[in-house]
Amino acid sequence: MKNNITSRKTMEILFKIFCGVATLVGICALGLLLYHTVLEGMVFLKPAFFSNFQSRFPARCGMKAGIFGSLWLIGVTAFIAVPFGVSSAIFLEEYASKNKFWSLVELNISNLAGIPSIVYGLLGLAIFVRGLKQGQSVISGSLTMALLVMPVIIVSARESIRSVPLSLKEAAYALGASRYQVIFGHVLPVALPGILTGVILALGRAFGEAAPLIIVGALSYVSFVPENIKSEFTVMPIQIYNWAGRPQEAFHQIAATGIIVLLLILLSLNLVAIIIRDHYQKRFRL
Amino acid sequence: MTLLAHDLKSYFHTEIVLKEPEQIVLPPEHVVVSAKDVSIFYGKKEAVKNISLDIYKKKATAIIGPSGCGKSTLLRSINRMNDFVSSFKMTGQIQYGGRDVMKTDPMLIRSQIGMVFQRPNPFPKSIFDNITWGPKIHGKNQNLEELVEDVLRKAALWDEVKDRLHELGTNLSGGQQQRLCLARALAMGPDVILMDEPCSALDPKSTSRIEELISVLKNEYTIVIVTHNMQQAARVSDYTAFFYEGEMVEFDVTQNIFTRPQNKQTEDYITGRFG
Repeated sequence: MKNNITSRKTMEILFKIFCGVATLVGICALGLLLYHTVLEGMVFLKPAFFSNFQSRFPARCGMKAGIFGSLWLIGVTAFIAVPFGVSSAIFLEEYASKNKFWSLVELNISNLAGIPSIVYGLLGLAIFVRGLKQGQSVISGSLTMALLVMPVIIVSARESIRSVPLSLKEAAYALGASRYQVIFGHVLPVALPGILTGVILALGRAFGEAAPLIIVGALSYVSFVPENIKSEFTVMPIQIYNWAGRPQEAFHQIAATGIIVLLLILLSLNLVAIIIRDHYQKRFRL
Repeated sequence: MTLLAHDLKSYFHTEIVLKEPEQIVLPPEHVVVSAKDVSIFYGKKEAVKNISLDIYKKKATAIIGPSGCGKSTLLRSINRMNDFVSSFKMTGQIQYGGRDVMKTDPMLIRSQIGMVFQRPNPFPKSIFDNITWGPKIHGKNQNLEELVEDVLRKAALWDEVKDRLHELGTNLSGGQQQRLCLARALAMGPDVILMDEPCSALDPKSTSRIEELISVLKNEYTIVIVTHNMQQAARVSDYTAFFYEGEMVEFDVTQNIFTRPQNKQTEDYITGRFG
Protein backbone atom coordinates (compact mmCIF):
# COMPACT_ATOMS: atom_id res chain seq x y z
CA MET A 1 0.00 0.00 0.00
CA LYS A 2 1.27 3.47 -0.91
CA ASN A 3 0.84 6.00 1.82
CA ASN A 4 1.96 9.18 0.03
CA ILE A 5 3.70 10.15 3.22
CA THR A 6 6.18 12.46 1.47
CA SER A 7 3.54 14.41 -0.42
CA ARG A 8 1.26 14.67 2.60
CA LYS A 9 4.16 15.97 4.67
CA THR A 10 5.00 18.52 1.96
CA MET A 11 1.40 19.76 2.05
CA GLU A 12 1.61 19.99 5.80
CA ILE A 13 4.75 22.15 5.64
CA LEU A 14 3.34 24.39 2.88
CA PHE A 15 0.14 24.95 4.80
CA LYS A 16 2.04 25.70 7.97
CA ILE A 17 4.19 28.30 6.15
CA PHE A 18 1.09 29.89 4.58
CA CYS A 19 -0.64 30.22 7.96
CA GLY A 20 2.49 31.62 9.56
CA VAL A 21 2.95 34.22 6.83
CA ALA A 22 -0.70 35.24 7.02
CA THR A 23 -0.33 35.81 10.76
CA LEU A 24 2.91 37.74 10.33
CA VAL A 25 1.42 40.07 7.70
CA GLY A 26 -1.32 41.06 10.10
CA ILE A 27 1.02 41.56 13.04
CA CYS A 28 3.56 43.54 10.97
CA ALA A 29 0.90 45.86 9.53
CA LEU A 30 -0.49 46.54 13.01
CA GLY A 31 2.98 46.98 14.48
CA LEU A 32 3.99 49.44 11.78
CA LEU A 33 0.81 51.43 12.27
CA LEU A 34 1.31 51.54 16.00
CA TYR A 35 4.98 52.48 15.61
CA HIS A 36 4.17 55.43 13.33
CA THR A 37 1.35 56.63 15.51
CA VAL A 38 3.41 56.51 18.66
CA LEU A 39 6.38 58.17 16.96
CA GLU A 40 4.18 60.97 15.68
CA GLY A 41 2.02 61.41 18.72
CA MET A 42 4.57 61.26 21.50
CA VAL A 43 5.47 64.93 20.94
CA PHE A 44 2.19 66.17 22.35
CA LEU A 45 1.61 63.44 24.94
CA LYS A 46 1.95 65.60 28.06
CA PRO A 47 -0.21 66.00 31.16
CA ALA A 48 -1.61 69.20 29.67
CA PHE A 49 -3.15 67.15 26.86
CA PHE A 50 -5.54 65.59 29.37
CA SER A 51 -6.52 68.86 31.05
CA ASN A 52 -6.80 71.20 28.05
CA PHE A 53 -9.81 71.66 25.85
CA GLN A 54 -9.86 72.10 22.08
CA SER A 55 -7.80 75.01 20.74
CA ARG A 56 -6.77 76.75 17.52
CA PHE A 57 -3.14 76.44 18.58
CA PRO A 58 -1.71 72.91 18.38
CA ALA A 59 0.40 73.41 21.48
CA ARG A 60 -2.67 74.21 23.59
CA CYS A 61 -4.87 71.43 22.23
CA GLY A 62 -6.21 68.92 24.68
CA MET A 63 -8.68 66.06 24.83
CA LYS A 64 -10.43 66.69 28.13
CA ALA A 65 -13.82 67.23 26.48
CA GLY A 66 -13.44 64.10 24.37
CA ILE A 67 -12.29 61.87 27.21
CA PHE A 68 -15.08 62.94 29.55
CA GLY A 69 -17.60 62.93 26.70
CA SER A 70 -16.65 59.36 25.74
CA LEU A 71 -16.79 58.13 29.33
CA TRP A 72 -20.20 59.75 29.83
CA LEU A 73 -21.48 58.33 26.58
CA ILE A 74 -20.23 54.80 27.21
CA GLY A 75 -21.36 54.86 30.83
CA VAL A 76 -24.92 55.84 29.93
CA THR A 77 -24.90 53.45 26.95
CA ALA A 78 -23.87 50.55 29.20
CA PHE A 79 -26.49 51.56 31.75
CA ILE A 80 -29.19 51.29 29.07
CA ALA A 81 -27.91 48.52 26.80
CA VAL A 82 -26.65 45.93 29.33
CA PRO A 83 -29.85 45.39 31.36
CA PHE A 84 -32.07 45.49 28.28
CA GLY A 85 -29.73 43.34 26.21
CA VAL A 86 -29.16 40.69 28.87
CA SER A 87 -32.86 40.57 29.76
CA SER A 88 -33.76 40.09 26.10
CA ALA A 89 -31.22 37.30 25.86
CA ILE A 90 -32.68 35.62 28.95
CA PHE A 91 -36.18 35.95 27.55
CA LEU A 92 -35.25 34.49 24.17
CA GLU A 93 -33.27 31.59 25.67
CA GLU A 94 -35.30 30.67 28.73
CA TYR A 95 -38.85 31.92 28.30
CA ALA A 96 -39.80 32.29 24.64
CA SER A 97 -41.25 29.13 23.17
CA LYS A 98 -39.59 27.81 20.06
CA ASN A 99 -42.03 28.90 17.38
CA LYS A 100 -41.85 30.70 14.06
CA PHE A 101 -42.49 34.14 15.50
CA TRP A 102 -39.56 34.01 17.89
CA SER A 103 -37.31 32.41 15.29
CA LEU A 104 -38.05 35.41 13.08
CA VAL A 105 -37.25 37.79 15.93
CA GLU A 106 -33.98 35.97 16.59
CA LEU A 107 -33.01 36.07 12.93
CA ASN A 108 -33.66 39.81 12.84
CA ILE A 109 -31.57 40.47 15.93
CA SER A 110 -28.63 38.65 14.38
CA ASN A 111 -29.10 40.74 11.23
CA LEU A 112 -29.25 43.97 13.24
CA ALA A 113 -25.77 43.21 14.57
CA GLY A 114 -24.47 43.58 11.03
CA ILE A 115 -26.14 46.86 10.05
CA PRO A 116 -23.74 49.76 9.31
CA SER A 117 -23.46 52.10 12.28
CA ILE A 118 -24.33 55.17 10.22
CA VAL A 119 -27.82 53.80 9.74
CA TYR A 120 -28.24 53.82 13.52
CA GLY A 121 -27.02 57.42 13.47
CA LEU A 122 -29.81 58.40 11.09
CA LEU A 123 -32.32 56.52 13.23
CA GLY A 124 -31.05 58.29 16.34
CA LEU A 125 -31.30 61.65 14.65
CA ALA A 126 -34.88 61.02 13.59
CA ILE A 127 -36.14 59.47 16.83
CA PHE A 128 -34.12 60.77 19.76
CA VAL A 129 -32.84 64.16 18.55
CA ARG A 130 -35.92 65.27 16.62
CA GLY A 131 -38.77 62.92 17.57
CA LEU A 132 -38.25 62.87 21.33
CA LYS A 133 -36.67 66.35 21.22
CA GLN A 134 -33.64 65.36 23.26
CA GLY A 135 -31.37 67.57 21.15
CA GLN A 136 -27.72 66.91 20.47
CA SER A 137 -27.18 65.63 23.99
CA VAL A 138 -25.43 62.77 25.76
CA ILE A 139 -28.74 60.94 26.14
CA SER A 140 -29.48 61.08 22.40
CA GLY A 141 -26.01 59.76 21.64
CA SER A 142 -26.23 57.07 24.31
CA LEU A 143 -29.66 55.85 23.19
CA THR A 144 -28.37 55.63 19.63
CA MET A 145 -25.27 53.76 20.78
CA ALA A 146 -27.40 51.48 22.95
CA LEU A 147 -29.39 50.52 19.85
CA LEU A 148 -26.14 49.89 18.03
CA VAL A 149 -24.59 47.61 20.66
CA MET A 150 -27.69 45.83 21.93
CA PRO A 151 -27.85 43.23 19.12
CA VAL A 152 -24.22 42.31 19.78
CA ILE A 153 -24.87 42.03 23.51
CA ILE A 154 -28.02 39.95 22.95
CA VAL A 155 -26.35 37.56 20.53
CA SER A 156 -23.30 36.96 22.72
CA ALA A 157 -25.30 36.77 25.96
CA ARG A 158 -27.58 34.18 24.35
CA GLU A 159 -24.57 32.12 23.33
CA SER A 160 -23.25 32.00 26.85
CA ILE A 161 -26.67 31.41 28.42
CA ARG A 162 -27.18 28.54 26.00
CA SER A 163 -23.85 27.02 26.97
CA VAL A 164 -24.95 26.56 30.59
CA PRO A 165 -25.26 22.76 30.89
CA LEU A 166 -28.82 21.45 30.86
CA SER A 167 -27.88 19.02 33.64
CA LEU A 168 -27.23 21.97 35.94
CA LYS A 169 -30.59 23.56 35.22
CA GLU A 170 -32.32 20.21 35.62
CA ALA A 171 -30.69 19.76 39.02
CA ALA A 172 -32.12 23.10 40.13
CA TYR A 173 -35.58 22.48 38.66
CA ALA A 174 -35.69 19.06 40.30
CA LEU A 175 -35.48 20.81 43.68
CA GLY A 176 -38.70 22.65 42.91
CA ALA A 177 -37.07 25.91 41.84
CA SER A 178 -38.99 28.41 39.77
CA ARG A 179 -37.59 29.55 36.47
CA TYR A 180 -36.61 32.85 38.01
CA GLN A 181 -34.68 31.10 40.78
CA VAL A 182 -32.91 28.86 38.31
CA ILE A 183 -31.94 31.85 36.16
CA PHE A 184 -30.61 33.96 39.03
CA GLY A 185 -29.20 31.09 41.08
CA HIS A 186 -27.46 29.11 38.37
CA VAL A 187 -27.79 30.27 34.79
CA LEU A 188 -26.56 33.85 35.19
CA PRO A 189 -23.63 33.11 37.54
CA VAL A 190 -22.32 30.47 35.17
CA ALA A 191 -23.00 32.52 32.03
CA LEU A 192 -21.62 35.75 33.49
CA PRO A 193 -18.04 35.52 32.19
CA GLY A 194 -19.36 34.95 28.67
CA ILE A 195 -21.91 37.74 28.98
CA LEU A 196 -19.21 40.12 30.22
CA THR A 197 -16.98 39.24 27.27
CA GLY A 198 -19.79 40.17 24.88
CA VAL A 199 -20.46 43.39 26.76
CA ILE A 200 -16.75 44.33 26.68
CA LEU A 201 -16.54 43.74 22.95
CA ALA A 202 -19.74 45.64 22.26
CA LEU A 203 -18.81 48.64 24.41
CA GLY A 204 -15.32 48.65 22.93
CA ARG A 205 -16.91 48.97 19.54
CA ALA A 206 -19.11 51.82 20.73
CA PHE A 207 -16.07 53.55 22.21
CA GLY A 208 -14.39 53.77 18.83
CA GLU A 209 -17.48 54.78 16.82
CA ALA A 210 -17.60 58.25 15.30
CA ALA A 211 -20.02 57.95 12.37
CA PRO A 212 -23.38 57.63 14.15
CA LEU A 213 -22.48 60.35 16.63
CA ILE A 214 -21.54 62.79 13.89
CA ILE A 215 -25.04 62.25 12.47
CA VAL A 216 -26.68 62.55 15.88
CA GLY A 217 -24.79 65.81 16.30
CA ALA A 218 -21.92 65.41 18.70
CA LEU A 219 -19.94 68.61 18.35
CA SER A 220 -16.33 68.73 17.32
CA TYR A 221 -15.44 71.95 19.12
CA VAL A 222 -16.40 71.59 22.77
CA SER A 223 -14.78 73.49 25.59
CA PHE A 224 -16.65 72.01 28.50
CA VAL A 225 -17.21 68.67 30.22
CA PRO A 226 -20.75 67.20 30.16
CA GLU A 227 -22.57 67.93 33.40
CA ASN A 228 -25.60 65.71 32.92
CA ILE A 229 -27.24 63.57 30.29
CA LYS A 230 -28.79 66.62 28.64
CA SER A 231 -25.40 68.28 28.01
CA GLU A 232 -23.93 68.67 24.58
CA PHE A 233 -20.80 66.63 24.13
CA THR A 234 -18.03 65.34 21.93
CA VAL A 235 -16.21 62.02 21.93
CA MET A 236 -12.60 61.07 21.32
CA PRO A 237 -13.01 59.52 17.84
CA ILE A 238 -14.74 62.70 16.61
CA GLN A 239 -11.97 64.89 17.95
CA ILE A 240 -9.38 62.67 16.30
CA TYR A 241 -11.33 62.76 13.04
CA ASN A 242 -11.51 66.53 13.25
CA TRP A 243 -7.79 66.97 13.92
CA ALA A 244 -6.80 64.54 11.20
CA GLY A 245 -8.86 66.56 8.71
CA ARG A 246 -7.01 69.83 9.31
CA PRO A 247 -4.38 70.96 6.82
CA GLN A 248 -1.65 71.86 9.35
CA GLU A 249 0.93 69.19 10.02
CA ALA A 250 0.91 69.81 13.78
CA PHE A 251 -2.74 68.83 14.05
CA HIS A 252 -1.95 65.48 12.46
CA GLN A 253 0.49 64.88 15.30
CA ILE A 254 -2.23 65.84 17.76
CA ALA A 255 -4.54 63.33 16.08
CA ALA A 256 -1.87 60.67 16.63
CA THR A 257 -1.67 61.65 20.29
CA GLY A 258 -5.43 61.35 20.49
CA ILE A 259 -5.24 57.85 19.02
CA ILE A 260 -2.67 56.83 21.63
CA VAL A 261 -4.92 58.08 24.43
CA LEU A 262 -7.97 56.37 22.93
CA LEU A 263 -6.06 53.10 22.68
CA LEU A 264 -4.75 53.39 26.22
CA ILE A 265 -8.21 54.04 27.65
CA LEU A 266 -9.71 51.20 25.62
CA LEU A 267 -6.96 48.86 26.77
CA SER A 268 -7.35 49.74 30.42
CA LEU A 269 -11.15 49.38 30.23
CA ASN A 270 -10.71 45.98 28.62
CA LEU A 271 -8.15 45.00 31.23
CA VAL A 272 -10.52 45.85 34.07
CA ALA A 273 -13.29 43.89 32.38
CA ILE A 274 -11.03 40.90 31.81
CA ILE A 275 -9.98 40.90 35.46
CA ILE A 276 -13.64 40.96 36.53
CA ARG A 277 -14.42 38.16 34.11
CA ASP A 278 -11.56 35.96 35.27
CA HIS A 279 -12.60 36.51 38.85
CA TYR A 280 -16.07 35.13 38.12
CA GLN A 281 -14.72 32.38 35.93
CA LYS A 282 -12.62 31.09 38.81
CA ARG A 283 -15.54 31.21 41.18
CA PHE A 284 -17.93 29.30 38.99
CA ARG A 285 -15.71 26.93 37.08
CA LEU A 286 -17.53 23.75 36.22
CA MET B 1 -49.48 38.39 15.27
CA THR B 2 -51.75 35.49 16.10
CA LEU B 3 -48.60 33.56 16.86
CA LEU B 4 -47.54 36.23 19.28
CA ALA B 5 -50.93 36.33 20.96
CA HIS B 6 -50.88 32.58 21.35
CA ASP B 7 -47.37 32.63 22.71
CA LEU B 8 -48.11 35.36 25.21
CA LYS B 9 -51.17 33.47 26.36
CA SER B 10 -49.32 30.24 26.98
CA TYR B 11 -46.46 32.20 28.51
CA PHE B 12 -48.59 33.80 31.15
CA HIS B 13 -50.69 30.75 31.58
CA THR B 14 -47.77 28.57 32.65
CA GLU B 15 -45.68 31.11 34.46
CA ILE B 16 -47.99 32.91 36.82
CA VAL B 17 -49.38 31.05 39.77
CA LEU B 18 -52.26 32.99 41.15
CA LYS B 19 -52.75 31.24 44.45
CA GLU B 20 -50.49 29.24 46.69
CA PRO B 21 -51.07 25.55 45.90
CA GLU B 22 -52.11 23.29 48.73
CA GLN B 23 -49.51 20.93 50.11
CA ILE B 24 -50.09 17.39 48.97
CA VAL B 25 -50.99 15.12 51.85
CA LEU B 26 -50.23 11.50 51.21
CA PRO B 27 -53.12 9.16 51.84
CA PRO B 28 -52.45 6.36 54.31
CA GLU B 29 -52.74 3.77 51.58
CA HIS B 30 -49.66 2.13 50.30
CA VAL B 31 -49.65 3.46 46.76
CA VAL B 32 -47.76 6.74 46.49
CA VAL B 33 -47.37 7.17 42.76
CA SER B 34 -49.65 5.55 40.30
CA ALA B 35 -49.51 5.63 36.52
CA LYS B 36 -52.77 4.89 34.72
CA ASP B 37 -52.81 4.09 31.01
CA VAL B 38 -49.86 6.37 30.42
CA SER B 39 -48.62 6.88 26.88
CA ILE B 40 -45.87 9.36 26.16
CA PHE B 41 -44.99 10.83 22.80
CA TYR B 42 -41.98 12.79 21.62
CA GLY B 43 -43.38 14.32 18.48
CA LYS B 44 -44.75 11.31 16.58
CA LYS B 45 -42.58 8.77 18.37
CA GLU B 46 -44.38 6.85 21.08
CA ALA B 47 -41.78 6.34 23.81
CA VAL B 48 -44.08 4.84 26.43
CA LYS B 49 -47.08 2.75 25.45
CA ASN B 50 -50.09 2.50 27.68
CA ILE B 51 -48.42 1.72 30.96
CA SER B 52 -50.16 1.29 34.31
CA LEU B 53 -47.89 0.97 37.30
CA ASP B 54 -48.21 1.47 41.05
CA ILE B 55 -45.29 2.58 43.22
CA TYR B 56 -45.57 1.42 46.81
CA LYS B 57 -44.78 3.48 49.85
CA LYS B 58 -41.34 3.04 51.44
CA LYS B 59 -40.36 0.40 48.94
CA ALA B 60 -37.73 0.48 46.26
CA THR B 61 -39.16 -0.10 42.82
CA ALA B 62 -36.76 -0.82 39.98
CA ILE B 63 -37.56 -0.22 36.35
CA ILE B 64 -35.32 -2.31 34.13
CA GLY B 65 -35.04 -2.79 30.42
CA PRO B 66 -32.70 -2.20 27.48
CA SER B 67 -31.75 1.32 26.35
CA GLY B 68 -34.56 3.28 24.74
CA CYS B 69 -37.33 1.24 26.31
CA GLY B 70 -38.99 4.31 27.83
CA LYS B 71 -38.02 3.71 31.44
CA SER B 72 -36.33 7.09 31.95
CA THR B 73 -39.10 8.83 30.06
CA LEU B 74 -41.70 7.49 32.45
CA LEU B 75 -39.57 8.34 35.47
CA ARG B 76 -39.08 11.93 34.34
CA SER B 77 -42.81 12.31 33.81
CA ILE B 78 -43.48 11.62 37.47
CA ASN B 79 -41.82 14.85 38.60
CA ARG B 80 -42.62 16.66 35.35
CA MET B 81 -39.04 16.98 34.15
CA ASN B 82 -40.35 16.41 30.64
CA ASP B 83 -42.06 19.80 30.70
CA PHE B 84 -38.93 21.27 29.14
CA VAL B 85 -39.17 19.06 26.07
CA SER B 86 -41.37 20.97 23.65
CA SER B 87 -42.44 17.92 21.64
CA PHE B 88 -43.47 16.03 24.78
CA LYS B 89 -47.07 14.87 25.00
CA MET B 90 -48.66 12.56 27.52
CA THR B 91 -51.99 10.80 27.62
CA GLY B 92 -53.38 8.91 30.59
CA GLN B 93 -52.65 10.01 34.10
CA ILE B 94 -49.87 9.89 36.64
CA GLN B 95 -51.09 10.40 40.18
CA TYR B 96 -49.03 11.40 43.15
CA GLY B 97 -50.82 11.18 46.47
CA GLY B 98 -54.06 10.85 44.53
CA ARG B 99 -53.53 14.03 42.54
CA ASP B 100 -52.95 14.28 38.81
CA VAL B 101 -49.38 15.55 38.50
CA MET B 102 -50.13 17.29 35.21
CA LYS B 103 -52.72 19.41 36.99
CA THR B 104 -50.52 20.13 40.00
CA ASP B 105 -47.93 22.85 40.26
CA PRO B 106 -44.63 21.35 39.08
CA MET B 107 -42.68 23.33 41.71
CA LEU B 108 -44.73 21.67 44.42
CA ILE B 109 -44.41 18.23 42.87
CA ARG B 110 -40.65 18.57 42.58
CA SER B 111 -40.24 19.77 46.14
CA GLN B 112 -41.83 16.55 47.35
CA ILE B 113 -40.37 14.20 44.76
CA GLY B 114 -36.58 14.44 44.63
CA MET B 115 -34.42 13.26 41.79
CA VAL B 116 -30.90 11.92 41.32
CA PHE B 117 -29.65 12.05 37.75
CA GLN B 118 -27.62 9.76 35.55
CA ARG B 119 -24.48 11.88 35.73
CA PRO B 120 -23.55 13.59 38.98
CA ASN B 121 -24.56 17.23 38.55
CA PRO B 122 -23.60 19.17 41.68
CA PHE B 123 -23.87 22.94 41.46
CA PRO B 124 -20.55 24.76 40.98
CA LYS B 125 -20.90 25.98 44.57
CA SER B 126 -19.60 24.80 47.92
CA ILE B 127 -20.76 21.50 49.37
CA PHE B 128 -22.71 23.44 51.99
CA ASP B 129 -24.42 25.65 49.39
CA ASN B 130 -25.19 22.65 47.20
CA ILE B 131 -27.31 21.18 49.98
CA THR B 132 -28.86 24.37 51.32
CA TRP B 133 -29.84 25.94 47.99
CA GLY B 134 -32.98 23.83 47.72
CA PRO B 135 -34.30 24.52 51.24
CA LYS B 136 -33.34 28.20 50.91
CA ILE B 137 -35.35 28.83 47.76
CA HIS B 138 -38.33 27.39 49.58
CA GLY B 139 -37.80 29.86 52.40
CA LYS B 140 -36.09 27.65 54.98
CA ASN B 141 -33.18 29.57 56.44
CA GLN B 142 -32.88 28.15 59.94
CA ASN B 143 -30.79 25.31 61.36
CA LEU B 144 -29.07 24.84 58.04
CA GLU B 145 -25.90 23.48 59.68
CA GLU B 146 -27.89 20.70 61.35
CA LEU B 147 -29.69 19.95 58.12
CA VAL B 148 -26.43 19.70 56.18
CA GLU B 149 -24.92 17.32 58.73
CA ASP B 150 -28.07 15.24 58.88
CA VAL B 151 -28.42 14.71 55.13
CA LEU B 152 -24.69 14.20 54.59
CA ARG B 153 -24.79 11.48 57.23
CA LYS B 154 -27.79 9.90 55.50
CA ALA B 155 -25.87 9.99 52.23
CA ALA B 156 -22.78 8.47 53.97
CA LEU B 157 -20.67 11.43 52.94
CA TRP B 158 -20.30 13.30 56.22
CA ASP B 159 -17.04 11.73 57.38
CA GLU B 160 -15.39 12.41 54.04
CA VAL B 161 -16.34 16.06 53.73
CA LYS B 162 -17.03 17.39 57.23
CA ASP B 163 -13.78 19.38 57.24
CA ARG B 164 -14.27 20.95 53.84
CA LEU B 165 -17.92 21.90 53.63
CA HIS B 166 -17.01 25.21 52.04
CA GLU B 167 -14.99 23.78 49.21
CA LEU B 168 -16.46 23.31 45.76
CA GLY B 169 -18.78 20.34 45.40
CA THR B 170 -17.53 19.92 41.86
CA ASN B 171 -14.04 19.05 43.16
CA LEU B 172 -15.25 15.81 44.77
CA SER B 173 -14.78 12.45 43.07
CA GLY B 174 -17.57 11.13 40.86
CA GLY B 175 -18.97 8.79 43.50
CA GLN B 176 -18.83 11.50 46.16
CA GLN B 177 -20.52 13.94 43.80
CA GLN B 178 -23.37 11.51 43.26
CA ARG B 179 -23.81 11.07 47.03
CA LEU B 180 -23.75 14.86 47.34
CA CYS B 181 -26.56 15.01 44.78
CA LEU B 182 -28.45 12.45 46.83
CA ALA B 183 -27.90 14.53 49.98
CA ARG B 184 -29.11 17.59 48.09
CA ALA B 185 -32.32 15.77 47.17
CA LEU B 186 -32.76 14.53 50.76
CA ALA B 187 -32.39 18.08 52.11
CA MET B 188 -35.80 18.92 50.67
CA GLY B 189 -37.37 16.26 52.89
CA PRO B 190 -38.99 14.48 49.95
CA ASP B 191 -41.49 11.61 50.07
CA VAL B 192 -40.21 9.99 46.92
CA ILE B 193 -36.73 9.84 45.39
CA LEU B 194 -36.43 9.16 41.69
CA MET B 195 -33.11 7.78 40.50
CA ASP B 196 -32.32 7.82 36.82
CA GLU B 197 -29.51 5.26 36.36
CA PRO B 198 -27.63 6.80 39.28
CA CYS B 199 -24.64 4.48 38.99
CA SER B 200 -24.09 4.35 35.25
CA ALA B 201 -21.27 6.92 35.40
CA LEU B 202 -19.65 5.45 38.51
CA ASP B 203 -16.99 2.85 39.21
CA PRO B 204 -17.97 -0.47 40.90
CA LYS B 205 -16.91 0.66 44.37
CA SER B 206 -18.93 3.88 44.25
CA THR B 207 -21.80 1.90 42.77
CA SER B 208 -21.91 -0.50 45.69
CA ARG B 209 -21.89 2.42 48.14
CA ILE B 210 -24.91 3.96 46.42
CA GLU B 211 -26.63 0.58 46.44
CA GLU B 212 -26.02 0.19 50.17
CA LEU B 213 -27.51 3.63 50.67
CA ILE B 214 -30.63 2.77 48.71
CA SER B 215 -31.16 -0.33 50.84
CA VAL B 216 -31.08 1.85 53.96
CA LEU B 217 -32.99 4.84 52.59
CA LYS B 218 -35.96 2.78 51.45
CA ASN B 219 -36.92 2.33 55.11
CA GLU B 220 -37.69 6.03 55.16
CA TYR B 221 -38.39 7.05 51.57
CA THR B 222 -40.15 5.68 48.54
CA ILE B 223 -37.54 5.02 45.89
CA VAL B 224 -37.94 4.51 42.16
CA ILE B 225 -34.74 3.51 40.42
CA VAL B 226 -34.26 3.17 36.70
CA THR B 227 -31.38 0.93 35.77
CA HIS B 228 -30.16 -1.25 32.96
CA ASN B 229 -28.10 -3.22 35.45
CA MET B 230 -30.20 -6.26 36.35
CA GLN B 231 -28.02 -7.32 39.27
CA GLN B 232 -28.50 -3.89 40.73
CA ALA B 233 -32.26 -4.17 40.49
CA ALA B 234 -32.09 -7.61 42.08
CA ARG B 235 -29.91 -6.34 44.91
CA VAL B 236 -31.72 -3.18 45.93
CA SER B 237 -35.35 -3.31 44.91
CA ASP B 238 -38.52 -4.78 46.36
CA TYR B 239 -40.51 -4.54 43.14
CA THR B 240 -39.29 -4.70 39.58
CA ALA B 241 -40.92 -3.61 36.36
CA PHE B 242 -39.49 -4.85 33.09
CA PHE B 243 -39.93 -2.49 30.14
CA TYR B 244 -39.35 -3.39 26.54
CA GLU B 245 -39.83 -1.05 23.58
CA GLY B 246 -42.12 1.26 25.50
CA GLU B 247 -44.31 -1.44 26.94
CA MET B 248 -44.33 -2.85 30.42
CA VAL B 249 -43.81 -6.56 29.93
CA GLU B 250 -43.96 -7.60 33.54
CA PHE B 251 -44.28 -6.13 37.01
CA ASP B 252 -43.89 -8.17 40.16
CA VAL B 253 -42.07 -8.58 43.43
CA THR B 254 -38.37 -8.50 42.55
CA GLN B 255 -37.74 -12.03 43.73
CA ASN B 256 -40.42 -13.40 41.44
CA ILE B 257 -39.11 -11.49 38.43
CA PHE B 258 -35.66 -12.95 38.90
CA THR B 259 -36.56 -16.48 39.95
CA ARG B 260 -39.75 -17.32 38.09
CA PRO B 261 -40.62 -14.69 35.47
CA GLN B 262 -44.04 -15.20 33.91
CA ASN B 263 -43.06 -13.82 30.56
CA LYS B 264 -40.67 -15.34 28.03
CA GLN B 265 -39.20 -11.91 27.14
CA THR B 266 -38.47 -11.12 30.77
CA GLU B 267 -36.76 -14.44 31.17
CA ASP B 268 -34.65 -13.89 28.08
CA TYR B 269 -33.62 -10.44 29.28
CA ILE B 270 -32.68 -11.37 32.82
CA THR B 271 -30.77 -14.41 31.67
CA GLY B 272 -28.81 -12.16 29.35
CA ARG B 273 -30.05 -13.51 26.04
CA PHE B 274 -30.64 -9.97 24.73
CA GLY B 275 -30.41 -6.35 25.83
